[in-house]
Amino acid sequence: KSAEYVYLSSMSTSALYNDQGGAEAAVEAGQESTPTSSSTGAAFGLFSADFKKNEDLKEMLESNKESLKLEAMKRVVGLIAKGKNASELFPAVVKNVASKNIELKKLVYVYLVRYAEEQQDLALLSISTFQRALKDPNQFIRASALRVLSSIRVPIIVPIMMLAIKEAAADLSPYVRKTSAHAIQKLFSLDPDQKEQLIEVIEKLLKDKSTLVAGSVVMAFEEVCPDRIDLIHKNYRKLCNLLVDVEEWGQVVIISMLTRYARTQFTSPWKENNEKTFYDSDSEEKKGQIEAKPYIMDPDHRLLLRNTKPLLQSRNTAVVMSVAQLYWHLAPKHEVSIVTKSLVRLLRSHREVQYIVLQNIATMSIQRKGMFEPFMKSFYVRSTDATHIKTLKLEILTNLANEANISTILREFQTYVKSQDKAFAAATIQAIGRCATNISEVTDTCLNGLVLLLSNRDETVVAESVVVIKKLLQTQPTQHSEIIKHMAKLFDNITVPMARASILWLMGEYCERVPKIAPDVLRKMAKTFTIEEDIVKLQTVNLAAKLYLTNSKQTKLLTQYILNLGKYDQNYDIRDRTRFIRQLIVPSEKNGALNKYARRILLAPKPAPVLESAFKDRDRYQLGTLSHSLNIKATGYQELSDWPAVAPDQSVRNVEVIEPVRN
Amino acid sequence: MIHSLFLINHTGDIFLEKHWKSVISRSVCDYFFEAKEKAVDPENVPPVLQTPHHYLITIYRGKLFFLSVIQTEVPPLFVIEFLHRVADTFQDYFGECSEVIIKDNVVTVYELLEEMLDNGFPLATESNVLKEMIRPPTILRSVVNTLTGSSNVGDTLPTGQLSNIPWRRAGVKYTNNEAYFDVIEEIDAILDKSGTTVFAEIQGVIEACVRLTGMPDLTLSFMNPRLLDDVSFHPCVRFKRWESERVLSFIPPDGNFTLMTYHVSSQNLVAIPVYVKQNISFFETGNCGRLDITIGPKQTMGKTVEGLMVTVHMPKAVLSTNLTASQGNYTYDLATKVLVWDVGKLNPQKLPNLRGSLSMQAGAPKPEENPSLNIDLKIQQLAISGLKVSRLDMYGEKYKPFKGVKYVTKAGKFQVRT
Repeated sequence: KSAEYVYLSSMSTSALYNDQGGAEAAVEAGQESTPTSSSTGAAFGLFSADFKKNEDLKEMLESNKESLKLEAMKRVVGLIAKGKNASELFPAVVKNVASKNIELKKLVYVYLVRYAEEQQDLALLSISTFQRALKDPNQFIRASALRVLSSIRVPIIVPIMMLAIKEAAADLSPYVRKTSAHAIQKLFSLDPDQKEQLIEVIEKLLKDKSTLVAGSVVMAFEEVCPDRIDLIHKNYRKLCNLLVDVEEWGQVVIISMLTRYARTQFTSPWKENNEKTFYDSDSEEKKGQIEAKPYIMDPDHRLLLRNTKPLLQSRNTAVVMSVAQLYWHLAPKHEVSIVTKSLVRLLRSHREVQYIVLQNIATMSIQRKGMFEPFMKSFYVRSTDATHIKTLKLEILTNLANEANISTILREFQTYVKSQDKAFAAATIQAIGRCATNISEVTDTCLNGLVLLLSNRDETVVAESVVVIKKLLQTQPTQHSEIIKHMAKLFDNITVPMARASILWLMGEYCERVPKIAPDVLRKMAKTFTIEEDIVKLQTVNLAAKLYLTNSKQTKLLTQYILNLGKYDQNYDIRDRTRFIRQLIVPSEKNGALNKYARRILLAPKPAPVLESAFKDRDRYQLGTLSHSLNIKATGYQELSDWPAVAPDQSVRNVEVIEPVRN
Repeated sequence: MIHSLFLINHTGDIFLEKHWKSVISRSVCDYFFEAKEKAVDPENVPPVLQTPHHYLITIYRGKLFFLSVIQTEVPPLFVIEFLHRVADTFQDYFGECSEVIIKDNVVTVYELLEEMLDNGFPLATESNVLKEMIRPPTILRSVVNTLTGSSNVGDTLPTGQLSNIPWRRAGVKYTNNEAYFDVIEEIDAILDKSGTTVFAEIQGVIEACVRLTGMPDLTLSFMNPRLLDDVSFHPCVRFKRWESERVLSFIPPDGNFTLMTYHVSSQNLVAIPVYVKQNISFFETGNCGRLDITIGPKQTMGKTVEGLMVTVHMPKAVLSTNLTASQGNYTYDLATKVLVWDVGKLNPQKLPNLRGSLSMQAGAPKPEENPSLNIDLKIQQLAISGLKVSRLDMYGEKYKPFKGVKYVTKAGKFQVRT
């Protein structure tokens, strides 16, 4: 923005302006400058060629010929599209706002909307034209006028916009009413103080029976007053019934809004939830009441589920996803699986669609393996998939693994480990680790497989295997000294810091099982300590301390040597840790108290790490949302509320005149 | 919803920007460039990115990035689907969607974008509606316009926008009334080393080209609709008739459109039309390897396999290839390491074979994994699932249209692991 500011202020003195034009502009101007512009051009000898060119455009715009004006406007729009500044043409352009030529007029509109905010005073000149157009007998002209008028972000015209919106909301043409619903959002973002008045218009438009208006007004509702659930009650059934005939984009918005609505108005169709309220209720009376009333789904709740189901067949992937999330959040558990096939179908679509759908399936498959297990093979990875697609498929396959299919999955994983995409191979190793902890039958098989990978040529594969083996050994600490010994042997050849650190930690943690090897590893580390990475140094200090406590006879001198090196290390973390460890393990006069417990502190049995999915608990966000995709709460995200324990009054949705359902 | 759109070419130049609300500086794209840098391959750039004040949702199509700037919560698929619809529209209008074409037609592009979104919310995305408002450019029309001063922009509201069938424009007239349907099936498969099918399924699509006068109401029925396991429809298809009678009943849009896509139930065994015998090996010493691929017909239902093509993404270490193809041509792209063997028609009497040696970078370790083979092929006049259209009926109009159905089977994502 600051660049723009400088540019505007220096317009008359030109220095910066020249820089913006560049060589390209000069060439263009050379071709385009006409004899008529030379007279004015001479006076501006100092100015850039670019300026001359715009002079040229200015003359064209001010000429009497329609075709010249149109040609000029096309070039101006070309400038806008390229992101070049054409704001100084504003006075010349704005004169053409009332042109009869529809294309010229539309291009002027494009220009106005782009620059009105910067040239507010001049923009006001055009307002009366729009006010006149709002009364035009042609609905298309009325709608376009409202679209532009409401897009001009000039605070002074707020009252005019308000009036125009109110009138348009009562227009006979549904297309104009749709435009007014869009204008509501524009006015709201320009001046939030108008909220109350705008809500009145929204309330009115919500009653509209046209399928054209429904999506747009719900969008306005979501932006202006998403908390005014009470406005929806009377329109709920109508919206449900219109849904199939609304255009695709409106369907997405309505479905998302109705999902939120349903969670505030109906009781939970999920059994465990009912039981919970049952046990939670402390008063005897309430308990009896609920016991007497088994769960019956509100017919309105059923209506929503029934009317959204056909939309699973939509060609629009966003519609399918929105129905899927509605079923996930609202349907009884046994009905949710009807969305599976449609979601799997979306995996045939563009890569970006796959990405979002796979993310959502990843979240779903954690809670409901059964939903996607029959389609397991649809998640097999192809070597041509993009890396983020591969990783998500792997995630889902891991979620789907169970005793019955694990051998198939592991066979598939074997192919992936060999992948040329090393980041993906590493992710596969982690996935194997997760399968191994989740399914005890295959833990040993997996562990042996990972040990084999330790002799792999690729460093990242080895490193990842070491890290995963470390985690697995922690969960199963008994009888794995063979593997630890094997890793100690490989230690010299492993260079990835994380892997070296992991092996050192394992040595220290299980030093009593490998009493001969551990001190030898420490001896080697003493030699290389100064050239190691920080995490490796920290683990070396750790190993030294643990060995000192268990086997001080052999390692006392080594430990002291390493502690001395650490004391003068460049990294303050390492210096701190060294000092702390020394105080803890080496007995002296001052520190009697903790020293006694050193062994219990350092060699305490540690809980095994839990290897879990990155998508666990992702469903705290409504599925299909941006927040779910990024796993952060995005601006403007509306929380789904928990089901109410007792359903609010159902009669609020009754409408006096019950109309026959048209479809 | 959608705040701004930037079009960026693959070298990272922003060549078009459009804002639907207040203007957002193009410096917001820097976050995207950072991610692009990190991803190396343009296909690996995450479609959804977060920046301190905005969210960026991007699609990559035809070597172009369509980057949209979002400020508040919105279903990401909504934006992605819309961006693809924009790209589809450009393709529909200009025949292709490339930087040059968009730059050449920048005014039409801008007019389209203006109509497609209002305040960032989709307004008109149906091709039939858009074409009534903004006519696609043709040479003849631009000549006429210059002479008469008329324009490409309509001044009345397209009829479709108001009716219950927004996809069809009113007043359609043809002298030759015709309706063509292409049933296109793609086989997605993964075969393992030994040729066993790891995974296979059939995805089908019915592309229609309907040029019929007036308001025809069509019914398309199948001999064996039970084959269709999962379907998705163009909005024109009446869902209830499908549910109850398994027929497609619809008032079609004018011109080309996708009527339905379907999936053939995975319970059915999928016929695999070709087998591949291959042997790729890299030697420990000597920096070289061997490659030997033979392709033969398997289940082709008596039809000819055409357009056969094998694509192999070689490991980075493969410097060059020295191969002989018994049929067709092969190329090896040194920069991308992609080997393409264009075989052509498959002759069952004389099976095509590609063999020879691969030379490797000196000192590079032997690749862990052999590259997989991607197969392309085409079989005319066959829907591999066995799906058959039985009849097409027209109601609501009196004339007799010309009707035609064509079948074709292709390889989709057809991969052989080695």
